[in-house]
Amino acid sequence: MQTVFQKPEALTDVQMHYCPGCTHGIIHRLVAEAIDSLGIREQAIGVASVGCSVFAYDYFNCDMQQAAHGRAPAVATGIKRVRPDNIVFTYQGDGDLASIGMAEIVHAAARSENITVIFVNNAIYGMTSGQMAPTTLLGQKTATSPRGRTAEEMGYPIKMCELLATLEGPAYLTRVSTHDSRHVLQAGRAIKKAFEMQQQKKGFALVEVLSTCSVNWGMTPVDALKWVEQNMVPYYPLGVYKDVTAKEGN
Amino acid sequence: MPRGEVIINSELCKECSLCVAACPQDVLAIGKTINSKGYHAVEAVAPERCTGCTLCAVMCPDVVLTIKRRSPERK
Repeated sequence: MQTVFQKPEALTDVQMHYCPGCTHGIIHRLVAEAIDSLGIREQAIGVASVGCSVFAYDYFNCDMQQAAHGRAPAVATGIKRVRPDNIVFTYQGDGDLASIGMAEIVHAAARSENITVIFVNNAIYGMTSGQMAPTTLLGQKTATSPRGRTAEEMGYPIKMCELLATLEGPAYLTRVSTHDSRHVLQAGRAIKKAFEMQQQKKGFALVEVLSTCSVNWGMTPVDALKWVEQNMVPYYPLGVYKDVTAKEGN
Repeated sequence: MPRGEVIINSELCKECSLCVAACPQDVLAIGKTINSKGYHAVEAVAPERCTGCTLCAVMCPDVVLTIKRRSPERK
């Protein structure tokens, strides 16, 4: 018997605080697996955000920094420019990246900063107990939209990949999901590619990962995955929105 | 002899059942014993059916599972 699956080295032994079935754990593991497979654990510097993933610095077994709410791309910019040989990534949720951090992410993308951004979109503010996020779907009930989000009152959910794809700067933009094992494996490949783009100095790379928040959505973890497939994927279509290496024919 | 083996670190399990839903062979089920966090940890109820496909571990958010697989026999 040979071991074919085990905890990646780039994760610490600390038990994660996430709720049962939270896909943050899966996405943490995918990032760690990408770091392991590229052999960049000694070079990697992660920037944790504010939100449920605030404790990411305890879980990744590489150098980590904590940024103020939404400011992870700005902090990562500073780290990368001072230490260009390190591999710098941010790990941000939708409340962090698409709301208070909208300015930072758009300008980091426009400058094509050579960083890797992992953007976890679960359509809600998880840490603060389920308020409406910029990415909350129309009709979705949250603590602050108890009758469901309406476009008239609260506007439309923001599609970050599509929005950033209008800029010249980004090198790689893709949206993946975690709602079944096939898509998790696909997400892992996209995250690895986003790190490779940075190694090749291609510029800004962002992977948007559709994720769950079963507790605040009010359903079981298994049902939450089905909800992602049935409700989020139709509004947030999966796919590659920009890839400069595709143009070069690599 | 089963083709695969699933090793469960019960203390890390949070009873989310994503691995149970992911297993195509129904090897796993939520068990009766409670871990120190108060969750019923997952158990391998039919280990003889395990093929070592790793799909349960791929879906586990807490890296509870380690998977071993029998190397293909060379003829």
